[in-house]
Amino acid sequence: MEHTAIQSTSAKKHKPAQPFTREEFERVRRVLKKKVQFAQGDVAVAYGALLAGCRFFAGYPITPATETAEIMSRLLPQVGGTCIQMEDEIASVGAIIGASWAGAKSMTATSGPGFSLMQENIGYAAMTETPCVIVDVQRSGPSTGQPTEGAQGDIMQAKWGSHGDYELIALSPSTVQECLDFTIKAFNYSETYRVPVILLADGIIGHTREKIELPEYGDIQIIWRKEPTVPKAEYQPFADDGTKVPAMNVFGTGYHSYITGLTHAETGYPCTDSQPDHHQLVQRLCDKIRDNRKKIIMVERDYENSTRDETVGIVSYGVTTRTVYSAVKTLRQAGTPVNHLRIITNWPFPEQEVAELAGRVNRIIVPELNLGQVYHSVREAVDGRCPVTACGKIGGEMHTPREIIEAINGSAD
Amino acid sequence: MRTEIRLAAFGGQGIILSGVIMGEGAINDGKNAVQTQSYGPESRGGAAKSEIIIADENIDYPMVVEADCLVALSQPGYDKYASEVKPGATVIIDSDLVETEKHPTAGSFYQLPFTKLADELGNRIVANIVMLGSVCAITGIVDKESLLEAVKANVPAKFLDLNVRAFTRGYEIGEQALA
Repeated sequence: MEHTAIQSTSAKKHKPAQPFTREEFERVRRVLKKKVQFAQGDVAVAYGALLAGCRFFAGYPITPATETAEIMSRLLPQVGGTCIQMEDEIASVGAIIGASWAGAKSMTATSGPGFSLMQENIGYAAMTETPCVIVDVQRSGPSTGQPTEGAQGDIMQAKWGSHGDYELIALSPSTVQECLDFTIKAFNYSETYRVPVILLADGIIGHTREKIELPEYGDIQIIWRKEPTVPKAEYQPFADDGTKVPAMNVFGTGYHSYITGLTHAETGYPCTDSQPDHHQLVQRLCDKIRDNRKKIIMVERDYENSTRDETVGIVSYGVTTRTVYSAVKTLRQAGTPVNHLRIITNWPFPEQEVAELAGRVNRIIVPELNLGQVYHSVREAVDGRCPVTACGKIGGEMHTPREIIEAINGSAD
Repeated sequence: MRTEIRLAAFGGQGIILSGVIMGEGAINDGKNAVQTQSYGPESRGGAAKSEIIIADENIDYPMVVEADCLVALSQPGYDKYASEVKPGATVIIDSDLVETEKHPTAGSFYQLPFTKLADELGNRIVANIVMLGSVCAITGIVDKESLLEAVKANVPAKFLDLNVRAFTRGYEIGEQALA
């Protein structure tokens, strides 16, 4: 996609995307049926998407993410949406980008092998500032690896998978309820910042069934993209209006649209040989996320009133957090003070939060279902304040609480 | 209190659905439940495992550490997990599919002909539901009515009657085994 340009002329009948009415929300709730359900993570993702107003899904089936596509294919038509099975994952992201520009909130879901293929168009979404949600139900890799086994091996790829400088947002759910809740948050972030948002689920939580409770109208905030209101002749589609997030000129509203992955000027037209223009554009794409890190980054802290010398730190994210909860209880009962920082927003990385933890503990352990990914980000943020130990596990099984306790006791030597 | 249940079989014997129904039954009881599963890429054959954690409180670690109850419907499933049960656990096997001496550490050990009973009901496919009925009677982990409600909610309407009969039959032989 070196130079994909789509030009729209005015389509008089088009209505720009409008926030959900209560009536529309209630319609989705009726389609989703019972308020309390025993559901899989993948299913909860689909429910979250529908409740957030997603009306377009394109995907290619892959274990362990297929159930999301199945539910979307069954339920989207019932709420007036569209679900397409594409020929592959490259096309899937292409389709959701197109749908987003046509005014629909859009999503795809995949696992590692598909996520690798999606990287090219994720970069395109970042460059063209296209709101969209990409669900990666991570499984063991590299390559096709262990299809039916969960993993947390795509954390770095989520941030660095496409080429060039860009920022995006990635969230890690640890329960089935969070699969629902964080999918709604993912849509809200993508609409607020006009950025692709990655939901970093995994094969374990994707296929785990748990009790979920569906929200009612008013329980949740639903955000829609900002659309232009200036006179059409004055509109500069990629100009900074002071927020670094321009109003989005959805196709068919009559505002001139020219979308390209090439470096573009504020008009949207390519300008590929000017250093200042490229710098201004890409710096803004990064800053619109970096400047808002405080609003975007979510963590959970469970800290004790203990001295630094006696306290050990654990940094966790995603499904591994649940093992850490168990391990922390046992450690505290045995008299070991523990400070646990759970990362919810993997990207942008919560550097300040990790650095602050490092000032309160004598060492940090990073359990994760890979051979060391977030470990590296933690070490960078800790910047020598205390030792950091990786505690990786691969092969499809979670750490047991005992394995984490042993890693902590072993790291004291 | 946290109760850990592990179901082991070949893929195709329906234990993942059994686990889902058991978890949903526990939810119907007003408890918390987590059901996880592992299976190979094959649609039939291969090892399948379904685990259910039931608790009044929040469930952190979602997997079985040491099972309070092991149900095995295949020889490899039994051989693999027989040693990973709590001392005094309840161990239940399909008597026609698993050959073993009495379990060494189980508090109670039951050999019941789930598959044969399903055949007698007219369709082997409901062996997993016969098993659920027996597990319900033997362990009492989930209330009978709550579990039956979950069975009804998770089977095709066309086979509702067959599944209800399978559950009832399983419950009966479970009660008999207890006596």
